[in-house]
Amino acid sequence: MATVIVDGQEVELPSGSALNGIQVAKQLGIEVPHYCWHPGLTVVASCRMCLVETGRRDPATGQITMMGKLSPACQTPATDGTVFVTNSEKVRAARAMVEEDLLIRHPVDCPICDKAGECHLQDYHFEHGRDQRRADIRPFTSRRRPVGDTVTLFVDRCVMCTRCVRFTREITGTSELMVINRGSHEEIDVFPGYPLANKLSGNVVDLCPVGALGDVDFLYQQRVWFMKRQPHVCAGCATGCSIFVEENQDRVYRLKPRENAAVNQWWMCDEGRYGFAHLHSPDRMTSPRRRGDSGWADVEWSQLVVELDQQLRAAGRFAVVLSPHLTVEEAYLLACYARSVDAQALIALGPVPTEGTDETFPQGFTISAEKCPNRQGVAAIVQHFQGSLLEFAELPARMAAEGVRSLWVSGGYKTDWPATAAIDFGSELRLLIVQDLFASPLWEQATFQLPGAAFAERAGSYVNRHDRLQSFAWAIRPPAGVMVEGQLYWRLLGRPGLYQAREVLHEVARELLYFAAASEPIAETGVDLKVLQLAK
Amino acid sequence: MADFEPVLLANIHLPDSHTFDVYEGKGGYRALRKTMRELKPVDVIEMVKASGLRGRGGAGFPTGLKWTFLPKDHPGPVYFLLNADESEPGTFNNRILMEEDPHQILEGLILSCFATRATAAYIYLRYEYPLALERMQRAVDECYRARYLGANILGSGYSLDVTLHRGAAAYICGEETGLIESLEGKRAWPRIKPPFPAVEGVFRKPTVVNNVETAACVTQIMSRGSDWFKSIGVPPPADNPRDAGSYGPKLYCLSGHIERPGCYEAPLGITVRQLVDQYGGGVWRGRKAKAAIPGGISMGLLREDEFDCPLDFSGPGRYGCLGLGTAAVVILDETVSIMDYLYNSARFFAHERGGQCPPCREGTSWALKILERIRAGRGRLKDLDLLAEIAGSIGIIPGTTICGLADGAAWPMKNALSKFREECEETIKRTNPKGWMVTDPVPALEAGITVHELKAVH
Repeated sequence: MATVIVDGQEVELPSGSALNGIQVAKQLGIEVPHYCWHPGLTVVASCRMCLVETGRRDPATGQITMMGKLSPACQTPATDGTVFVTNSEKVRAARAMVEEDLLIRHPVDCPICDKAGECHLQDYHFEHGRDQRRADIRPFTSRRRPVGDTVTLFVDRCVMCTRCVRFTREITGTSELMVINRGSHEEIDVFPGYPLANKLSGNVVDLCPVGALGDVDFLYQQRVWFMKRQPHVCAGCATGCSIFVEENQDRVYRLKPRENAAVNQWWMCDEGRYGFAHLHSPDRMTSPRRRGDSGWADVEWSQLVVELDQQLRAAGRFAVVLSPHLTVEEAYLLACYARSVDAQALIALGPVPTEGTDETFPQGFTISAEKCPNRQGVAAIVQHFQGSLLEFAELPARMAAEGVRSLWVSGGYKTDWPATAAIDFGSELRLLIVQDLFASPLWEQATFQLPGAAFAERAGSYVNRHDRLQSFAWAIRPPAGVMVEGQLYWRLLGRPGLYQAREVLHEVARELLYFAAASEPIAETGVDLKVLQLAK
Repeated sequence: MADFEPVLLANIHLPDSHTFDVYEGKGGYRALRKTMRELKPVDVIEMVKASGLRGRGGAGFPTGLKWTFLPKDHPGPVYFLLNADESEPGTFNNRILMEEDPHQILEGLILSCFATRATAAYIYLRYEYPLALERMQRAVDECYRARYLGANILGSGYSLDVTLHRGAAAYICGEETGLIESLEGKRAWPRIKPPFPAVEGVFRKPTVVNNVETAACVTQIMSRGSDWFKSIGVPPPADNPRDAGSYGPKLYCLSGHIERPGCYEAPLGITVRQLVDQYGGGVWRGRKAKAAIPGGISMGLLREDEFDCPLDFSGPGRYGCLGLGTAAVVILDETVSIMDYLYNSARFFAHERGGQCPPCREGTSWALKILERIRAGRGRLKDLDLLAEIAGSIGIIPGTTICGLADGAAWPMKNALSKFREECEETIKRTNPKGWMVTDPVPALEAGITVHELKAVH
C-alpha cells in the first residue's frame, strides 16, 4: 500500500503498482498535460509539458519537503510518500512557457488541419498557453511530404515528441522513422527508399498529439467534431481489437483503436483500420429478391418473412450455415429458428477465411491469420446445437445423406464468398437462401437473395481467438433496403418489437455453459469466457 | 605561486613527447607498474578519494566518489568511457594533452579502469582532432606492445581493452549521457537521469565517464601521492561545508584579447587577474579588459572589476557565473560589444542544441532571432526583458530541461544582461533611435524577419 499526495488529496495505491505522476493524477480526475509520454512507449521526458512540483513526505514526522526545481511527472514514480503539486503558479508558468515555445514556429494552420478539434497542442494552448504571441518570428508553412503509403507528414506542425519514432522502434521493431537535423531544425523523416511500411503504420497517426502525421485515407474527409465515436469491435481478424467507429450520418470515416489491455493495448493493424471501405461500396446488395418463374422479383421484408417461413416449413429437411461473421446472438437466433422449423436441422459453421499465418510483433500485438471476427463464438453455438462441430466442407455430403431440401447460408464476407466456385449442394435442394453483402456465384444460385449487414451495422458480441467476448451496439444504420440479420431472425422467431442483443445474450449465457460468464454485465473491455469455465 | 612546478604539462616541450620511449624515459608508467604489483583496486580508489580530485570536465564532481557509485556486486561488464569530445568554445587543454602527452592520459586511464574493474574502455574523441586521433591511436598500440594493455597486464591477472571512437562533430555529444548514446550509435540525445551512468551507462551497463584531464591527474596522484595533490589548490570555504574543495593543478586555456594565449598549468584558485598578468602577458596591445569568460562560453561572464575571482570550483559561482567549467578563460577587451558577444554565443547554442526539450530547443533559437533583429537595428528595450526571461526559464536548475547544457546556453545571457545592462540598452537606443521604446508586440506575420533580410548596422 502506498499513499501518494496529489494537490493535497491523498490516493491509496495497491502495493506493486508502478504508476507515474500523470497516471496517479488521472485517478483523481486531474489531467497533467503531456505530449511525449504514452503508456505503451518508453519514457523520454523530453516534451517538458508534464512538469510538476514534486516532494516527499517523511513517513515518521509527516513533514513534506518539496524539491526546488520542477520535475516531469511522467518520469517521477508514485511511491509511498510522493507529493505532486500540479496546479501551482510555478507549474502554470512552465506550461505556458512550453506552449509558447512549441508555437513559435508552428504554422497554426488549424483551419486546414485534420487534427483540429482533437489536437493536444490546441487544447493545451487553450488551457495553459498565453493569449498573446510575443515571438515576432515568421512561422513556417505546412510543408508536407509522404513518409509511406498510409501516412503523410506535415513537417512544421511537429512538436518532436518522438512518439512515432519510438513506436516504430519498440512496438513494430521496424524502425523506419527517425529524427534528422539538429536543434530547432529537427524533423521526423525516413531514409530514402525505406518508407514507413509496416502493418501497424496507422498507429503513428493516433500517437501523434498534433497534426503532423496525417492519415492518407482520412485526409480532408471530415472534420473531427462532426463525427460520433461508437465503441465497437474490429471484424478484420480473430484478434478482435477494440475500436471506435467514427461516423457521421451513417457514414464511417475512420476506425480508431480503443484501449483494451486484454486484447490490443492501444493499437490496431492497418488491415483492420482501413478495412471498412466495403461498408459503403456501391456494389453492396440492398434489396431482397425472390427467384420466380419470370425471373427475379423484389420482395418487401414483411412479406418476405411470412413467405420464407411458409416455404421453409413446406420444404422438408433444413440446414443452415452460420457464418463466422455473425454475432453470437445472431448465430444463436438463426440456429433456434432452424430447429423450430426442423427439429433435426443441420447446423454448420460457415467457411473460415484464412490468410498466411499469425503475425506477432515484438511487444505481443498479433494479427491473426483467421480473417473473421467470431469463429470461436459461432463454433460454440454450432457445437451446442449439433453436438459436434459441423464444418462447411462436410456439409454437402451430410446434406445428401440426410436428404436435406432447403439450405440457408449466411455470409457477411467483405470480399467474395470464400468458396468462389458455384457449390454443388445436390439436385435434391429445392430452396436456397443466401444472405450476404455482395454478389457471388452462390448468390446467383439462390432462390432467395437477402442483403446482409456489415460489422458496423450489427449489434451483439464477438468472441475472439482467446475466448474473450466483447459486446457492442450498432454504430451506423445499414443502407436502405437491408435488414440486419439479428432483426430478421428475431422476426422469423415471431418475437415482438426490435431485436434485443442483450436479451439474447442472457439466453445464450443461460443455455450454453461456454457463455456462462456473459450473464454478468459485460465490461467495455469484454469478458474472458475461459475464467468461469475453469472455475466450474 | 612561485614555487609551483607544472606536472601535467611537464613533458610537452620535449621532442617526440608523444612517444612511448620519451614518456617512459621520463619516468612514465612507473606508477602503473607499482600499482599493478602492490595495490588493490580499492587502494587506488582510496588514494584518489584522499587526493580530493574533482572531475576536470566541467561539473567538478569528486572523481573518487563517482567511482564508488558503481554497483558493488555487478556481474559486469563495467565500462570506462573517456570523454575526449572537447568542444566547449575556448577550450583546448585536452587537445594539448592528447597531442603532446597521450601516454600520461593512457596511464591514468589504465589506473582508473583498474580501480573501477572496468574491462573495456572507450575513448570518445572529438572529430575535429585528427592529430590527437593519430597520436592516441599510436599510444594505444604502443601500450598493447608493451603489455600495458590487453590480457593479463604485467602479470597481474587484470585485462583491459581500449577502443578509440571518433565522434561526428557535435557539441551535445560532450554531455555525459549524450556521449553514451552517441557511442552506442544513436542520436546524441542526453538520457533522463536517474539511472545515472554508474548504474546504467554504455550498453546499459555500469559505466564511469571521466574527462581526459582527470585521467592525467590520476596518473600524477598515483605517482606523486595524494598528499602532494592535496597540497596544491584551495580548501573548501569555511561557510560552505558541502564544498569538496579545489585541489591539484589545473590546465587553464587562455585566449581572446591576450598577449600570449595558450594552455597554462596553474594551481586551482588562481585569479583571473593573476592568470592574465603572470601567464598571459597582459591584455592584447595594452588595451583595457572589459570582461572575461571564466571557463568556456557557457559559464557566463565576469566584469573587469571581478577579475579577482579565484578560478576554483566555487569561485566563479560566487560571482554569479555558472561555475568553473573547463577553465577556459577568454578575455574580451574594451572594444568588444556585449551585444556581439551575446549574438555569437546565442548562435553557437542555437546551432548546437540537442533539440530534445522545447524550452531549450526553441528558447535558444528564439533568443538568436531576437539578437539578430537587434543587430539589424530593430531592437527594442523590451527585448532585453524577454531575453532575460528566456534565459531564466531554461536549464536543469529550474528543471525545465533534461541536460545541463541548457544552463550553459542561459548563463551568457543572464550574466551579460545583469552585468552589462546599461551597455545593452545603450546599444539598442543607438542602433534603433526611432523604435527602441516600442512595447507593443509585433504581429508575427508582418514583422518576421529571416536571416537573408538582415543587414547588420554598425
